[in-house]
Amino acid sequence: MSDLQSQDYIRRSASTMTPPSARNAEQQVAKLIDVSRCIGCKACQSACMEWNDLRQEIGHFEGSYQNPNDLSPDVWTLMKFAEYENEQGNLEWLIRKDGCMHCEDPGCLKACPAPGAIVQYANGIVDFISDKCIGCGYCVKGCPFDVPRISKKDHKSYKCTLCSDRVSVGLEPACVKACPTGAIMFGTKTDMTAWAGERIVDLKSRGFENAGLYDPQAVGGTHVMYVLHHADKPELYSGLPAHPRISAAVEAWKGIAKPLAMVGIALAAVVGFFHYIVKGPNEVTEEDEAQGERVLEEETENTP
Amino acid sequence: MSMTRREFIKFTGLGLAASSIGALGFGASGEAQAAAVRPFKLTHATETRNTCTYCSVACGILIYSMGDRAKNARSNIIHIEGDPDHPVNRGTLCPKGAALLDVVHAPTRLKTPRYRPPGGTEFKEVSWDFALDRIARLMKDDRDKNFIARNANGDTVNRWTSVGMLAASASSSETSYLTWKAVRSMGMVVFDNQARV
Amino acid sequence: MTNTWQDIKNANVVIVMGGNAAEAHPCGFKWVIEAKIENGAKLVVVDPRFTRTASVADYYAPIRPGTDIAFLNGVIHYLLEKDAIQHEYVRSYTNASLIVKDGFDFQDGLFTGYNEETRTYDKSTWDYELDKDGFAKSDDSWQDPRCVINLLKHHVSRYTPEMVSRICGTPQDKFEHVCALIASTSAPDKAMTSLFALGWTQHSVGAQNIRNMAMIQLLLGNIGVAGGGMNALRGHSNIQGLTDVGLLSNQMPGYMNLPTDKETDFDIYMSTRQFKPLRPGQISYYQNTRKLFVSLMKALYGDAATQESNWAFDWLPKLDIPLYDIIKAFEMMNAGQMTGYICQGFNPLQAFPDRGKIRRGLSKLKFLVTMDPLDTETSRFWQDFGPQNPANSADIQTEVFQLPTTCFAEENGSLVNSARWLQWHWKAADGPGIAMSDIWIMSGIFHRIRELYRKEGGAFPDPILNLTWKYTDPISPDPEELAKEMNGRALADLTDPATNTVVTKAGTLLDGFAQLRDDGTTSSGCWIFSGSFTEKGNQMARRDATDPREQGIAPNWAWAWPANRRILYNRASADPAGKPWNPAKPVISWNGTKWVGIDVPDYTPTLAPSAGASPFIMNDEGLGRLFARKLMAEGPFPEHYEPMESPVENVLHPKVKNNPAARVFADDRAAFGSPDKFPYVATTYRLTEHFHFWTKHALINAILQPEEFVEVGEALAKEKGIEQGGWVKVSSKRGEVICKAYVTKRIKPLTVDGKPTHVIGVPLHWGFTGQARKGYGANTLTPSVGDANTQTPEFKAFLVNIEKTSAPVTA
Repeated sequence: MSDLQSQDYIRRSASTMTPPSARNAEQQVAKLIDVSRCIGCKACQSACMEWNDLRQEIGHFEGSYQNPNDLSPDVWTLMKFAEYENEQGNLEWLIRKDGCMHCEDPGCLKACPAPGAIVQYANGIVDFISDKCIGCGYCVKGCPFDVPRISKKDHKSYKCTLCSDRVSVGLEPACVKACPTGAIMFGTKTDMTAWAGERIVDLKSRGFENAGLYDPQAVGGTHVMYVLHHADKPELYSGLPAHPRISAAVEAWKGIAKPLAMVGIALAAVVGFFHYIVKGPNEVTEEDEAQGERVLEEETENTP
Repeated sequence: MSMTRREFIKFTGLGLAASSIGALGFGASGEAQAAAVRPFKLTHATETRNTCTYCSVACGILIYSMGDRAKNARSNIIHIEGDPDHPVNRGTLCPKGAALLDVVHAPTRLKTPRYRPPGGTEFKEVSWDFALDRIARLMKDDRDKNFIARNANGDTVNRWTSVGMLAASASSSETSYLTWKAVRSMGMVVFDNQARV
Repeated sequence: MTNTWQDIKNANVVIVMGGNAAEAHPCGFKWVIEAKIENGAKLVVVDPRFTRTASVADYYAPIRPGTDIAFLNGVIHYLLEKDAIQHEYVRSYTNASLIVKDGFDFQDGLFTGYNEETRTYDKSTWDYELDKDGFAKSDDSWQDPRCVINLLKHHVSRYTPEMVSRICGTPQDKFEHVCALIASTSAPDKAMTSLFALGWTQHSVGAQNIRNMAMIQLLLGNIGVAGGGMNALRGHSNIQGLTDVGLLSNQMPGYMNLPTDKETDFDIYMSTRQFKPLRPGQISYYQNTRKLFVSLMKALYGDAATQESNWAFDWLPKLDIPLYDIIKAFEMMNAGQMTGYICQGFNPLQAFPDRGKIRRGLSKLKFLVTMDPLDTETSRFWQDFGPQNPANSADIQTEVFQLPTTCFAEENGSLVNSARWLQWHWKAADGPGIAMSDIWIMSGIFHRIRELYRKEGGAFPDPILNLTWKYTDPISPDPEELAKEMNGRALADLTDPATNTVVTKAGTLLDGFAQLRDDGTTSSGCWIFSGSFTEKGNQMARRDATDPREQGIAPNWAWAWPANRRILYNRASADPAGKPWNPAKPVISWNGTKWVGIDVPDYTPTLAPSAGASPFIMNDEGLGRLFARKLMAEGPFPEHYEPMESPVENVLHPKVKNNPAARVFADDRAAFGSPDKFPYVATTYRLTEHFHFWTKHALINAILQPEEFVEVGEALAKEKGIEQGGWVKVSSKRGEVICKAYVTKRIKPLTVDGKPTHVIGVPLHWGFTGQARKGYGANTLTPSVGDANTQTPEFKAFLVNIEKTSAPVTA
């Protein structure tokens, strides 16, 4: 691949070494989702499914235009619809494209115990390398935005790749290209932030005093950002968290040492090609194993 | 039990792996290749310019097919996306257009003529000759029977009202013109299209 | 569309009423967003539901389905009251000053000349007063009470904001806010664009809805200018092309009409079509009709079309009634008057009103032929699919042929988009199995019938035997050859009479319709396409996207009819002296010797402004019509008539509730429901995730909207105990649909004439073939009645009841 070799990694799961990131001159990228321009047409969903060869089972009508009704291993992006009556009593239909935010400080990557299963490229994209994934579900717990989903079929975790295959050959992600109204833009993070600034000025001129950019600093900023008409109340947009945080359990390694150790055993069995034999005490109890399995099952059950 | 993350890594042997790979230089390792992004799927696809079949925004599309149109290969459409040169859609597509691939390859695409006799409970596959010979026969017999050459006043009206046609809304103008010629030459007047719905 | 998709970005106000552009035309709608961002435009949405278009609007106002004329006449009332019109434009470019005949009047809901028995009008008074030279009389001072502007003022005087609110249920303040936004574009350098679609056409007063907004646009000076116009967002990819080529019951290519029984010979036919100018110095382009007609007949019948044979005029079928439209066709089918029906890429069991009637009609046919890439419901109407298509196959004697066709990706050809662009497309792969192109199939049927006539003789075979078919491959003509035939050729050397020199050699493809002649020396299968495929090559395949000043014209991308003109009536973008009304966005202007600009002038290119010819050259008076003369079935001014099924009386004239000129068949009238049993107003529509009944066959789209539902406001849901996502039964007098309910804040009860009125939204995509879940289809509910002019069915306003229920029992 042209420029997304591992030299471009800046972070890598379960690895103490910071990769050399030889090409750190590379510009950070960002996808900007301007909610005020979005018409909720789901072209992004459609293009994502088509490009990434994802076809969820056909569901049911569940009382909303939101379909499928949740992210899944086959649904990497999803329009969420919220009917909101504002202070003036006027209706606003707040429609938000949900999916991986590509955090600068990715909780999924921090939580992941499988070496190299989650990587972050120098351009900021957080990618799941599925053949290294052990399906433990820790990325799900680690994600402040509830994005990754574990497949029942192959017990691996999936989410938006920001079309790393397209970006690697110099193309924009499929959702960005398709978006009919230009509500999804793609470029360097600097450019996207500047463009967001212009949009916010326009929105303020149209009476949205609290228009603003969603680029939460608690996760180091994100490589998927939103322009919101009500940036003071992101929760209005189908529960976009106002203060996303990587859970304390993931941040504080102590708290998760046990389950991680347990999964580490499973991982060692799966990832045989390292040719290293596990040495030292195996102190995982049956209780720990049960706990670990439960985490895995909960996650897979949630995926239709 | 209590264990630091570093200890965890050591236990599972991965700390060593990371160190070694780090020492080797990350980019050259086989692991890095394996971890590389999904290969770009259009590298050797053939690109054909076309127009979306749905609404009359008429978005320009690029159809990507497998195969280079060599004599011995049958093309298969693998992907469709917006034509960035097109002045209206500028590469964008709506949720229908972005999913055109799935209508091209719909399992309910028809592959062969089928016929259902009067009172029949199933379709059966038939040849084109059977279908078109039979349709022509039925049409001619009815036209001969019900064609109105003159009205009550004796004026020439040359119309045929007992067989009608609804014309396609997504077929080309060239198809439309040929259809118009054929149908009107027979005097057919119960003839309409989808403009109203 | 009068303008282009990209030109929408030049608008100052975009009004979406009678349509839902964001959902039905997302990629065209991008230019609305562009207008907002780059041009500071305001988007106004008037719709019964808060749609996805409304979700990005600057202002939204609700309206009761089927009351648009009350709203729009109210807007005209507002504009005239506040004097918010573009005066110079109205005076110079519209028929405001022309004087209407004495005797024309409007009383208690009826215009002069109504015949209750035939439900038609004697329109003789619906015209101008003429002077001794045959020119229309006018009063430029607008003092004469009979001049159009004064009659209009009087006509709309009843449509006060109070009355609008009483009829439409639109809160008065919201209505007036919309009026103010519209009025802001009466400034000469400001433009409003109107984007509409089937939300206006699918009413018993559909054509008048559109006229009403066209009148507003004329009053504001918004026709012909950048960012203005009347923009009908056509539905299907080539429905514009099919209309252009005349695949309608009364049409011929290029908007010429088939003759009627009364037009017993060619001269009589021509006598009403070559309009003489009604004002001195006007152009009246249709004076050329004879050239267009003769050239068409030469294309169709070649050497058999001669002066002596009246250009084979008698070979054309003649009409005894105005239209053999689809509603009429199914009426005839049900009456046992039809033997066979061919559905080419068309699925009437899903698409036409009163599904039960459609199914019964198809069951009475001797044979049905479907040609389609997909397995349509129509082709399987005879098969039992449970409650969604109950049928007893053994009882149905119809022979059915299901013919597989190739699709867009598998053939070459051109499609005409909404902005009249002819765009060529190329084949990417072969079709599946032994699917064949529509061209091959239609040729196959035609050749077999012609062969039978050659062998057996039969009823009047002459037009069949003599039809031109000189294609290199007669079995499957090349689309390029067909395109050239529509473009037209010189059949003999064409000489310039002034110089007597040959200007176009015999056999040459024509450059445009200006070269057509009425002496049989030219042929053109579709005159408005003339210029699309010339000696310079296939103009429809051009791909130069250069756009001067980035004003949204792109003159060298593909080719637009007529004459590669991108903005119709663009002469009206400049003032009478030829200076652009909006100097920042000129379209064409007079440079002292000719008209120049970024578009092809819709005018004689060298005719000076001083000659005084008005911009609307296709009209015999050269003016935009605020008064429609005899061209509309129900009157020269739009008037509010309630939908055929309506919950309230017509408060303006209780005795004339509905469109008095609408054609209603007796069995259809008997199937109209009344508000006591069906108290709620329903309206049908598309969702952005689907395209009619096609995309339910595409897996991705079936995933994105999998299952049939209706939209119900919270208030009504509460009243009826309907739960979010729960099962409901929606019924009309014609049938019932059992599906899920979407309880939403986006539909609110409207106060109509003091009473709360609930609206139920019925998306139309579901059927019983394809990949999405099976559904009953919205047309199970809809009434079989059409617009009085076009017979477009009234899908947008009818009555239903709704009850909570349980899931349907299915196999």
